Amino acid sequence: MTDSGTEKKRSLSVICSKGSFDMAYPGLILANAARMAGVDARLFFTFWGLDIVNEKKIDHLHLNLVGNPSAPLPAMIAGLPGVEALATAQMRKEMERLEIPPIREFIEMLDDAGADMYGCQMALDMFKLTKDDLVPQVKDVLTAMDFMDMSEGAQIIFI
Amino acid sequence: MSLETVQTDPEGYLANREDWSEELAQELAMSMGVSLTEEHWKVLNTARAIDAESGSSPGLRKISKRSETPIKAIYKLFPEGPAKAIAKIAGIPKPKSCL
Repeated sequence: MTDSGTEKKRSLSVICSKGSFDMAYPGLILANAARMAGVDARLFFTFWGLDIVNEKKIDHLHLNLVGNPSAPLPAMIAGLPGVEALATAQMRKEMERLEIPPIREFIEMLDDAGADMYGCQMALDMFKLTKDDLVPQVKDVLTAMDFMDMSEGAQIIFI
Repeated sequence: MSLETVQTDPEGYLANREDWSEELAQELAMSMGVSLTEEHWKVLNTARAIDAESGSSPGLRKISKRSETPIKAIYKLFPEGPAKAIAKIAGIPKPKSCL
């Protein structure tokens, strides 16, 4: 299996629709893995996924414990004030130990790696946001149809 | 050992790391369209050093930090899939890290 260049170049489109701390990482990690392996990658942030690239929220994403059957705590306790914040802080520490970058740094890394990032027009309208509310690495704001056109021939992952 | 005689696994990583030499690295790089400069060598030697110390082929982030070469610069040096290209040229296994 050599990179002969004769076959069509692989390309990956990742749609990030969730804004919790734990659900932000999978899309970023997959897009980064694609770029490291020479696969083109682009990300589309929509609905709650916009929080991942929202300048005001990017550094404050929270773990989602309530309604999450994998949560290490009973839902009654997970729902108490401050518990999610505490668990998020714990996870941040653990990730730091594993040298997994914080979200903001991850977005910068993806940008440096040549992954293209886009915000969803409809979601921005819904949350009364504009492109200026997003981190500068977001290249453009697109409709879902624009993103589909851009993803022709790509493998699409929805998170 | 040259590009013609050296054995690789199906993905193109060296089958026996003892086969590696700087000359072979040049040839491997050329076959990927990369001509090695001092900057490339700094990255490759860092990858080899981390692998030798830790016994684990490093991902890009580690190589970037240790070699003090920004991620962006690494993608310029090895444009087509730097994590794979670096490991192949440096004669170390496929990286185990996701970052």
